[in-house]
Amino acid sequence: MTGRVAELLPSAEPVRFLTDDGAAVRGRRPRHPLPEPELLRRAYRAMVIGRRFDAQATALTKQGRLAVYPSSHGQEACQVGAVLALDEGDWFFPTYRESVALVTRGIDPVEVLALLRGSEHCGYDPERHHVAPQCTPLATQTVHAAGLAYAERRKGTGRVALVCVGDGATSEGDFHEALNFAAVFKAPVVFFVQNNQYAISVPLERQTAAPSLAHKGIGYGVRSERVDGNDPVAVLAVLAAAVEHARSGEGPFLVEAHTYRLESHTNADDASRYRTDAEAEQWRRRDPVTRLERYLRRRGHLSAADISAWYAEAEEFAGRLRDRMNTDPELAPLGLFDHVYGTPTPQLEEQRALLRAEIEAEEALS
Amino acid sequence: MITMAQALNTALREAMDEDERVLVFGEDVGALGGVFRITDGLTAKFGEDRCFDTPLAEAGIAGFAVGMAMGGFRPVIEMQFDAFAYPAFEQIASHVAKMRNRTRGRIGLPIVIRIPYAGGIGGVEHHCDSSEGYYAHTPGLKVVTPATVEDAYSLLREAIDDPDPVVFMEPKKLYWSKSDLPDVAGLARTEPFGRAAVRRPGRDVTLVAYGPSVPVALDAAEAAKEEGWDAEVVDLRTIVPFDDATVAASVRRTGRCVVVSEAAGFAGVGAEIAARVQERCFHSLHAPVLRVSGLDIPYPPPMLEHHHLPDVDRVLDTLDRLQRDDRPDMRHLGGAA
Repeated sequence: MTGRVAELLPSAEPVRFLTDDGAAVRGRRPRHPLPEPELLRRAYRAMVIGRRFDAQATALTKQGRLAVYPSSHGQEACQVGAVLALDEGDWFFPTYRESVALVTRGIDPVEVLALLRGSEHCGYDPERHHVAPQCTPLATQTVHAAGLAYAERRKGTGRVALVCVGDGATSEGDFHEALNFAAVFKAPVVFFVQNNQYAISVPLERQTAAPSLAHKGIGYGVRSERVDGNDPVAVLAVLAAAVEHARSGEGPFLVEAHTYRLESHTNADDASRYRTDAEAEQWRRRDPVTRLERYLRRRGHLSAADISAWYAEAEEFAGRLRDRMNTDPELAPLGLFDHVYGTPTPQLEEQRALLRAEIEAEEALS
Repeated sequence: MITMAQALNTALREAMDEDERVLVFGEDVGALGGVFRITDGLTAKFGEDRCFDTPLAEAGIAGFAVGMAMGGFRPVIEMQFDAFAYPAFEQIASHVAKMRNRTRGRIGLPIVIRIPYAGGIGGVEHHCDSSEGYYAHTPGLKVVTPATVEDAYSLLREAIDDPDPVVFMEPKKLYWSKSDLPDVAGLARTEPFGRAAVRRPGRDVTLVAYGPSVPVALDAAEAAKEEGWDAEVVDLRTIVPFDDATVAASVRRTGRCVVVSEAAGFAGVGAEIAARVQERCFHSLHAPVLRVSGLDIPYPPPMLEHHHLPDVDRVLDTLDRLQRDDRPDMRHLGGAA
């Protein structure tokens, strides 16, 4: 039993490949293989584009084009790493903070922002991208991911699911039920906790008295690991191991990434009410984009031309997004009745007729 | 003579036989066959992959079903008792009910959530709730409840085939009710969802009921004959979708309506029915639409439950209160006539 316990527990310290300055950590041999340079270059490019996208989305809230936007500035290594760890056929279960991850997955950014724009609950086709709708309730999607992963296992597809949650959501019952179900049914699912230290305003020490969030795995027999979430190399390495564990039939895996949300919870929040600038400043020094850039530059895997080309690409990406978001979306109010059920009930058809009459009366007046 | 429990078991068995995507899971549904034995023998016949026990966690069961349905399966999950389904309510209200809508029809969830419900069996606290109102008030869910053995089979087969999530509410006290059918081979698919059934034709008053209250309404109609009432009994079969047409046609014919429902009356399904009837039949009504319901109290201890549950006498008393002329009858308020 002791051997099994040791195997399930996370490392004593979060896995790191890079120092805060982006130098390779010396000394201990890493438990996980180093990701290939090509993957790290892809991650760097995606983080540059993701960060620019994030800034653009925040700007769109100020222009009234987005109702709300939860920024993931500072969490880019996690956002990008979670998606790059997966194959195309694998399933990704995001929360509302995973916009950068969804852009990295290749989803049209306008479709990604539909929820926050307020035009649709989910702007993209989940089946096409194998990405579940962004989940607003906390931790409820973890059980869906366990169920879907189990379905894939039953069908023998070799696909896995990766589900994102934040530190606060690990206090929700569904998170625990999901870990338990996934372990009992050996569902190939990776639980990826982005511990950004705050659930809106409530700090981690008010969420848990556990040694770490990764330690929550052992109570369910779920193998777990923790990682420096601002170290893109470590995030990719640990998630690759977690995905491989799930895909090879070993069951679920829990990863806790230590990171920090540099912005407020959303544009409607004011982080200065519950945390200090000095604290944020410490995390700014561990910026994932800078760290990976320095690392790749030193190793000769990234040129100045690459960097300027990708920053230019990010600028173009943001410009196109801004232009497209500056037009009003097409809305179809009479379509509100279409997908309540497979076929609308007679009562919904009556209400559709009522709404049609209201709209026509309004149009006649204007 | 077969029971409602056997009819439900037969429906599950046949649906699993016809479609291997149909799975049954929940608490104690495997080797035990469910605490009410509705899933009896399914694991033995179809194996542990098709009918299996889960950890004891209702939100987990419902959420796991969401994922499995997204993955192409057709889960039929059992909540052990009405009140034990409440931990799953967030999953049901926020995800099961909304997935089709949220994804603009791209992901439907063909999930059946079976819930033994309502009282009248001497059950302890938290085993007797009439929780249909919570589900009926949640757009995106279909809410179905059989009152007869034949309907238990037919409606459950419909539910499993339906592209939408169905909350299938099984009246516990009718599990052992019997049909005249000699064996399960006589069970057949009948009417689709959204069709109420006239269980007893009558001319003077329409009693609208569903699930466990249908036998009460039928017994009351029989007893009311002696007092000169020829009562029609309509069994809703499906609360959602609601069959306005059949209910309204009946009330327009009889001119009077009494809604019989075991749930607490305030803000319940019975109130909705009463409102719909008066909206559609006002000019045909000779009396106010009245309700016979459970009391607005938490479900009482077993030795007191007969005071709570609508019975024949409460229905007959309510028929007495129907105005048969223009004189307001306020006897039920304790005043003089």
